[in-house]
Amino acid sequence: MSILTKFILAPVVLSLLLPVVANADEVNLYSARKEKLIKPLLDRFTQETGIEVNLVTGKADALLQRLQSEGRNTPADLLITTDAGRLHRAKAAGVTQAVESELLNQLVPGNYRDPEGHWFGLSLRARPILYVKGKVDPSTLSSYEALIDPQWKGRICIRSSGNIYNQSLVASMIEANGVEATESWAKSFVKQFARPPKGGDRDQIKAAAAGLCDIAVANTYYLAGMLKSKDQAQRQAAEKMGVFWPNQAGRGAHVNISGAALIKTAKHKQAAIKLLEFLVGESAQAWYAETNGEYPVRSDVAAGETLQAWGKFSMDGINLSRLGELNPEALKLMDRAGWK
Amino acid sequence: MQLVSDKRLLSRLPFRINGWSLGVISIALLLAVPVLVVLGYLLEPAGEVWEHLAATVLQDYVINSLLLMVGVAIGVLLLGVSTAWLTSMCQFPGRWLFEWALLLPMAIPAYIIAYTYTGLFDFAGPVQTLLRELTGWGYGDYWFPEIRSIEGAALMLALVLYPYVYLLSRAAFMGQSICVLDVSRTLGNGPWRTFFMVALPLARPAIVAGLSLALMETLADYGTVQYFGVSTFTTGIFRTWYGLNNAAAAAQLSAMLLLVVFTLILIEKGSRRQARYHHTTQRHQSLTRFQLTRLQSFMAFMICFGALFFGFLLPAGQLLWWALTTAEESLDGRFLSLITHSLALAASASGLALLLALFLSYGKRQYGSWPVVLAVRTAGMGYAIPGTVIAIGVMIPFAAFDNALDDWMRAQFGWSTGLLLSGTLVALIFAYLVRFLAVSLQTVEAGLGKIRPTMDEVALSMGVGSREIIHRVHMPMLKGSLMTALLLVFVDVLKELPATLILRPFNYNTLAVRAYELASDERLADASYASLTIVAVGILPVILLSRSITRSRHAEPT
Repeated sequence: MSILTKFILAPVVLSLLLPVVANADEVNLYSARKEKLIKPLLDRFTQETGIEVNLVTGKADALLQRLQSEGRNTPADLLITTDAGRLHRAKAAGVTQAVESELLNQLVPGNYRDPEGHWFGLSLRARPILYVKGKVDPSTLSSYEALIDPQWKGRICIRSSGNIYNQSLVASMIEANGVEATESWAKSFVKQFARPPKGGDRDQIKAAAAGLCDIAVANTYYLAGMLKSKDQAQRQAAEKMGVFWPNQAGRGAHVNISGAALIKTAKHKQAAIKLLEFLVGESAQAWYAETNGEYPVRSDVAAGETLQAWGKFSMDGINLSRLGELNPEALKLMDRAGWK
Repeated sequence: MQLVSDKRLLSRLPFRINGWSLGVISIALLLAVPVLVVLGYLLEPAGEVWEHLAATVLQDYVINSLLLMVGVAIGVLLLGVSTAWLTSMCQFPGRWLFEWALLLPMAIPAYIIAYTYTGLFDFAGPVQTLLRELTGWGYGDYWFPEIRSIEGAALMLALVLYPYVYLLSRAAFMGQSICVLDVSRTLGNGPWRTFFMVALPLARPAIVAGLSLALMETLADYGTVQYFGVSTFTTGIFRTWYGLNNAAAAAQLSAMLLLVVFTLILIEKGSRRQARYHHTTQRHQSLTRFQLTRLQSFMAFMICFGALFFGFLLPAGQLLWWALTTAEESLDGRFLSLITHSLALAASASGLALLLALFLSYGKRQYGSWPVVLAVRTAGMGYAIPGTVIAIGVMIPFAAFDNALDDWMRAQFGWSTGLLLSGTLVALIFAYLVRFLAVSLQTVEAGLGKIRPTMDEVALSMGVGSREIIHRVHMPMLKGSLMTALLLVFVDVLKELPATLILRPFNYNTLAVRAYELASDERLADASYASLTIVAVGILPVILLSRSITRSRHAEPT
């Protein structure tokens, strides 16, 4: 029994004694960006400034819930999410505050930040139409809306409507075309699917490359990740795919952001703003493109080689707050359309 | 005078109250707080969301969840009971190996096995690609079982959850008085009849305990069904919460799920109310296992090997292959801290859960008035709730307590205590206890159920104190169950993801968090190191446990 007691009590007591860090030179970060996709940048920031960054990663909604229940005593200074909708939600929940930074306003284009300065985009995530080269003539493609054309029946792969990127895409269409038109579009679109939606974006690309469908709708950084994968099968699959930028004659291709918001009760406000400014700095911006195939939020920073090969394109200029506002409506619409 | 009337009042209550049962009730209620928080949402209006859900997707959620439960139930019963009977009662080559190896699938998180099977058997995977290359077929030219379907999800869950049934029913078979089985044999019953007429009914409480654990885990599963595109109650909960941004409606879906589970448990309890499962004798003899014919031996071997192969060797092999060939991640210094964090959490949570389970189930056994039973039952419901929801149920009361304390300290003494417990390991371990108490509770109760109350009475009448009864009579008989409870929670905590993710302190990662972060970024191969380490860390206790169960059979009370 004494062994058991040691076995149980030692870790518990140890855990209770963990020092509570209350350093002045630090920033506490709640991040929906995965550790691998943010930590290297944070380490670089610490090296440059001497400011420690404490990190908790998790799902955006759960982190937001944690912020809300912790209330004014929350240790968090910054919240990072991987879509604009959640940033908007955080602002609406009243847990964020406005940042006044000349630098941020100057570097981040207007439609990629909150009009009142509560959040700022850090990187762009584009969701184009991918097609199997040789099987699809890209000149037959034009827009997301046109994917309901009879010629694409049974030839489209896309993941489930539970995914935020699809919800945002549909929200952007509601903004552009209205609920009614979008719903009737979604009803026809669902009938075009080669199979019931399953898996993630990479799965759609793999399925298309293997011949299950000819078109996949997926975020570019998944394709970029596959192109430099160590797995030959993934590389080969990705090399079969071409990138088509839809809606170039109209509003532009759908783009979402990853971004950050300053927490209302931030105890390290200055350090947090410094980190924000670092994240839109030139070297950090280039890092997103280089490491994860995302587009820099600044137009004056060049995208990586892989991304440049896919060409320049015009982006949907919708103010991204709208994606958050329209998200519930988009999901209900997809429920009604039978998009699994 | 006052005291007397109080006592009279107490004695007039329809149940007995004393220090023990008060203690049991208060601890059980404390652990039930997160469940009650979730249930509390039933009172909050969720608006027109319900109309929308009922009109569109609710029916799918209900039907799919039920189908999934039926599929998993069939799977775990077939796999778990048959292998348990074979390894404990029959003699065939390799039996000693299967005894413990059959537990290995338990160390693999359900969503990881789902990833590996998809990687292998999906349309774009190597198996089907090879098939197409060999035959020249294209998409639609041939039939192949779709792994990402509701049947596939049931199979995945059954493959990693059958060890619950195996473990508990094996302990029951091993604990069955050999005399009962001998009587059956002298009455002319062969192995099959002995199994169906005697052993199986006697093991029913244990089998049901294992089954209900597997089903509760199934209801709480999110990773597998989400990846397979199967709309169940769990995916619905998150869709409603994240997508529709309606936490109240999401919590109400969880509460409905809880009510279903509660009803199922009540029905099962009711159906065997009259039956008691104590043995009338504790005389055990060393087991004489059934000698199988060569064909029977082969069949027995194949059944056990099949469960081991599909539940462990195949997925672990795929992970190993990924780790060796395509993973871009490798082991680094930080990896070591993941292991120690995972181990420390699993060890402390499993130990505490065992102590609590012992306390609660003894309380229930000795003072089983309905308030005690109800409190203990509620505390054990956390297992059926998705981890994220339970985490919210933990987070809200902890933060409320911390903030209230902070307010009071500021008002009284002018200094702030901030968040005392929220965001610390205390909150996280508490969440583990809430979520996994059912596991240790069921296991300990199944063990206690085998100890006849008359044994206590005999010992008492012989002047043995209750402390000694526990030490000399109960503990030797319970040892196997206690080890089982410890191990099950240990492995469950190793695998636990959602609560860890949301409740952990700053800069505190575990193996499961690392595996999930890479896998959810669709970098399955990179997730293989962390997944394999979870498996490796889980294997050692599995082997230890299996050995102690086998030994406990030989160490009966004297």
